[in-house]
Amino acid sequence: MAHVDTTHAPPAHEPSAHPPEHEEETTTGINHRKLLMWVFLGSDCLFFGSLIATYMVYRGQSVVGPYPKDIIDVPITTISTFVLLMSSFAMVMGVAAARNGNQKRLVQWLIATIILGAIFIGFQVYEFNLFRIEGLRYETNLFSSTFFTLTGFHGAHVTLGLFWLLCLTIIAMRNPAGRPSGLDVDIAGLYWHFVDIVWIVIFTLLYLIGGFDAGPEVEHAAVQGWQWITATIM
Amino acid sequence: MVTITGVIPRPSTYTGLWSWLTTVDHKRIGALYGFSAFIFFLIGGIEAGIMRLQLATSDASLVSPDWFNAMFTMHGTTMVFMAIMPFGATFFNFLIPLMIGARDVAFPRLNAFSYWTFLFGALLMHAGFLIGQVPDAGWFSYANLTSAPYSLSKGLDFWALSLQVLGIASLAAGFNFIVTIINMRAPGMSLMRMPVFVWMTLVTSILLVLAFPIITVALIELTADRQFGANFFNTSAGGDPILWQHLFWLFGHPEVYILILPAMGVVSEIIPTFSRKPLFGYPVVVFSGIVIAIMSWAVWSHHMFTVGLGPIANSVFTITTMLIAVPTGVKIFNWIGTMWQGSIDLRTPMLMAIGFVALFIVGGLSGVSHAVSPSDFQQQDTYYIIAHIHYVLFGGAIFGIFAGIYYWYPKITGKMYHEMLGKVHFWLMFVGMNLTFFPMHYAGLNGMPRRIYTYAEGFGWEGMNLLATIGYFIIVISLLVFIHNFFRSLKKGEPAGHDPWDAPTLEWSISSPPPVYNFAEIPVVKGQDAYWITKREAAARGETVEGEAHVDSSTIHLPSPSYWPLVTAFGVAWLAGGFLIDVGWDYIRFPVCFIGGIITVIGVIGWSNEPAAEEHHESGEHH
Repeated sequence: MAHVDTTHAPPAHEPSAHPPEHEEETTTGINHRKLLMWVFLGSDCLFFGSLIATYMVYRGQSVVGPYPKDIIDVPITTISTFVLLMSSFAMVMGVAAARNGNQKRLVQWLIATIILGAIFIGFQVYEFNLFRIEGLRYETNLFSSTFFTLTGFHGAHVTLGLFWLLCLTIIAMRNPAGRPSGLDVDIAGLYWHFVDIVWIVIFTLLYLIGGFDAGPEVEHAAVQGWQWITATIM
Repeated sequence: MVTITGVIPRPSTYTGLWSWLTTVDHKRIGALYGFSAFIFFLIGGIEAGIMRLQLATSDASLVSPDWFNAMFTMHGTTMVFMAIMPFGATFFNFLIPLMIGARDVAFPRLNAFSYWTFLFGALLMHAGFLIGQVPDAGWFSYANLTSAPYSLSKGLDFWALSLQVLGIASLAAGFNFIVTIINMRAPGMSLMRMPVFVWMTLVTSILLVLAFPIITVALIELTADRQFGANFFNTSAGGDPILWQHLFWLFGHPEVYILILPAMGVVSEIIPTFSRKPLFGYPVVVFSGIVIAIMSWAVWSHHMFTVGLGPIANSVFTITTMLIAVPTGVKIFNWIGTMWQGSIDLRTPMLMAIGFVALFIVGGLSGVSHAVSPSDFQQQDTYYIIAHIHYVLFGGAIFGIFAGIYYWYPKITGKMYHEMLGKVHFWLMFVGMNLTFFPMHYAGLNGMPRRIYTYAEGFGWEGMNLLATIGYFIIVISLLVFIHNFFRSLKKGEPAGHDPWDAPTLEWSISSPPPVYNFAEIPVVKGQDAYWITKREAAARGETVEGEAHVDSSTIHLPSPSYWPLVTAFGVAWLAGGFLIDVGWDYIRFPVCFIGGIITVIGVIGWSNEPAAEEHHESGEHH
């Protein structure tokens, strides 16, 4: 919402004590920190991309069980996925509240986001613990090593996001005058949505597609690729 | 808010040791990078010397095979991650804000954090020497040489965790320079008016932030295997060592361009200045750099032709690798085209730049010869590969770096280096470099494998190896000349003036050395080669352009020094170092790591609670 009208005072819902959105002039008009977040997310794509690639290359290569079919519970994880997606909705509402300068609504939506994100982490802790009890430890097989590494790093990203949102909430509760700025919340929102999108990819590949793998009979990814090439070209 | 920032006063000194520890000035951080990189360059060079002495004669026994393994591993790792990359960062730091007409980088404290994290990571890597745990699986540490059963020492844990720390430093720097270049250009400096060095820095930084996450994941997997019994590269559990090669080279090939593109940028600044002509085909040079960066993602498997990926994969990567030679060749023709009919001034930077072009052509040609996968089967793992990589990284990157050091020495120090000594340095290094690495082509094609610690008599390799060792000592002498020239000129050099070369870029419009605020008045850019335009317009009016006059720096709003980057970097290094405690009892190790984590968190909290710059005046608003 850029007000280019210079002849009138700013509208009442934007208090004059509100910190300026753009603290310094930039060439592109995008704030430095926001651009930094976008670049970081681009970089993080490659991080998760490599972990996901490792999982997919090793899919079905474990020589001992438990295999995904024995252990993955798609309905439970569907619930936790829904919870995480709802947290993204709450985040959107929080960003909107911050932009409108509505501190009370901002705090409410941030707390909602945190609770939903924490529930997701709770599900993950429950799931990891259940897997451990059922005999799938980190060192058990290729499936366990790749699964725990990928989902564990995703969980770490969510946890970091929770701490970040918690800091924003505390700041918002202590400063009714307008901190954190809409930009501060916006940047945290970018991160939060990114982590959600990564989870959608993980949920699709590790649960909906890979969750039913029943052992070493799944073809190696390289073999699958080769079959695809020969079927397409020849 | 009551925080620790309120308890400890912010550092405010601008002189002495403490000021260097807390500095956020990009020029000082650049100097720190340069000094550290040169030290590590010398360490890597000493490691190379030990190898050259051992290989000078057949059946030598100067070092044990194990120590030789450690030497070639640390030589490669040091030169790539702790010498050439930070040399690049030296130029990024010192020059980018000056070239785009800014007062600092976008995130000055993040910049300081990058440097300290780099330094602590490098020290952590070398700490292994103190307890005799040195990495010894080659600089690309192929699985499963690196698996716990085959590598009993802690050397590879030092390697993996220190590289992780160095990666954090590089990523932070990459983020910073992308934002700086995109967002902090002076008015009028559109993308296609940026100096080529700025372009190459942008491309390099983008490659950095996209390539380093891949090695991060590979190192996480390696560490998980070694520390927590995971199975990523455990063949008995179905793991595939080739995955490491794919991950490493998917990072490693863009990394090669991360090493060479800054040098190409430096050369693209020097050749026009000393040919008295604008760069020939500026947009083509820029786009070639971008195309190289994009294509560098499609060539990684040429490091793996002999792995057995099959004829289709080998053919595809043969073709892509040959294609990437095209934009590189285009750049070489542009540099030659710039010199064509220019009035060439053969000062030391220009000699180094021409040396870069010549030697890079040799390295590029041998590169094309192993882009052909059948021919590569003959060359894989021989000294021919060593010859190639040193022609592109020593003949290329290092010559480019020295060209930059000589070119910007007057700007950085305000003094002129000794021209004659500079030329002596160039010729000694040029001769020594060729004497060292050219015979390796023949040794390699005659079958001498790389990484062997000695060889028997009668293979016909003695002469070439002795030549290489003699060449090494000529390089050493040339570096001694450089060091002497550097310190002598600091003391006794002629004052350089603000623009000794009549150069085209903005950093020459301010005094040498630049004042802390860089530009008293942010320049307005009217076209490519901005400072040449300014000078020509002034000449048309019959005036001469003087360096910008100094103003009182307290009138300019600058980022304040901070110790939080140092604290945070220290915490990160402590966290990584804690992992290396080997008492076979995790109840010691993990609490130590936890302390590192706490230090990091304290650093981050202190950092985020302190404003980037202290307010000079009391105003109603608080940021």
